[in-house]
Amino acid sequence: MHRDVYMRGMRDGIPVMLGYFVVSITIGIAARGANLTAAQATTMSLTNLTSAGQFASFAIIAAGAPYLELLISQAVINLRYCLMSCALSQKVDQQMPFYHRLIMAFGITDEIFGLAVGQKGKLDPWYMYGAMSVAIPGWTLGTLLGILSTGMLPPSILNAMNMALYGMFIAIFMPAARDNKILLPIIFISMGASAVFQMLPVFDFISSGMKIIILTLVISFAAAVLFPIGEETAESEKAAGISGAGDAAKLADAGKTAGSAGAGDAVGSAGAGEAAGTAVIGETAGLADTGETAGTAADGKEASLS
Amino acid sequence: MRNYIYILVMALTTYFIRAVPLTLLRKEITNRTFRSFLTYVPYVTLAVMTFPAILSITDETWIAWVGFAAAMVLAYNRVSLFIVSLGCCALVLALQLL
Repeated sequence: MHRDVYMRGMRDGIPVMLGYFVVSITIGIAARGANLTAAQATTMSLTNLTSAGQFASFAIIAAGAPYLELLISQAVINLRYCLMSCALSQKVDQQMPFYHRLIMAFGITDEIFGLAVGQKGKLDPWYMYGAMSVAIPGWTLGTLLGILSTGMLPPSILNAMNMALYGMFIAIFMPAARDNKILLPIIFISMGASAVFQMLPVFDFISSGMKIIILTLVISFAAAVLFPIGEETAESEKAAGISGAGDAAKLADAGKTAGSAGAGDAVGSAGAGEAAGTAVIGETAGLADTGETAGTAADGKEASLS
Repeated sequence: MRNYIYILVMALTTYFIRAVPLTLLRKEITNRTFRSFLTYVPYVTLAVMTFPAILSITDETWIAWVGFAAAMVLAYNRVSLFIVSLGCCALVLALQLL
């Protein structure tokens, strides 16, 4: 039982591993700028697992800044992991032992969190362990390769590798926006506000990590107040009858899309990657269900079962 | 040695942030606004991190715009994460080499 869930986590983690591998090559290259050795850069990736945090740390380490400054910068830049950790605490079995929580916490990253919240029902820790056990080596080994290959890769390839990271982010939030109509404007407002924050010199005194946190807190809170998500209560049974059917149709639709994508892309050597990728689609569609304004997460699940 | 202390400091800080809510929040959060907030957070934070940072990854901004648009359209049409990621990566590489 644990084994099946673990294997599923590993399979879903394969695209994450590939993305991490590519992105962490750029991390390794950047680490050279902070005069880190290959062993230090690799250790950092293995123990930290945070792209934005690690990028930010290089300038601080290179400057020989006080430890406290590094601590504060990491706390601020990685505050979103705290929010994700809150969300996961609601997704796991309340009776789950302490040690599972301690191990799972290590693997909270944007992408693994994305996979985890997309799981139907309660989150099995073994699913996260599966995803972590492929993603973490990808991140660590990519860093090692990056720092060893410094100067060997042309800028055009490095730029393209950066694009892969953002492509991965986009592939996490956009499919959900298709299923939840309210999410699309929220995403565009987030991007617009972020661009304004970035371009207006008035905000130059705020670090880029801090900007991400401020915008995330303000926009998410405003969205939560204006467009609260339905409660998982019996009261909304009437609404569930309507939206539940819609969700089921949507799920079936997503399943079809995923199936056809898998068939169409069966060319190429990355067969396993394809399967994992399509699985992610299915899960993102499931994730979007929890965001339905009319229905509730529980309704969506019931609908897909019936 | 000093570098290893730096690495230790950031590893502990980052782990602490990840572990505290998951280990201490044992009860179901019933507040509807807070639950909604937690649902929106990952999407908003990813959108904010992506844009406009994505535009500065290439020296020529239009190439990044094309990669961005391609990724958005592919992802919206539920193309798999793997294909979106590698597809826009390959596109940006090709446009730079033109």
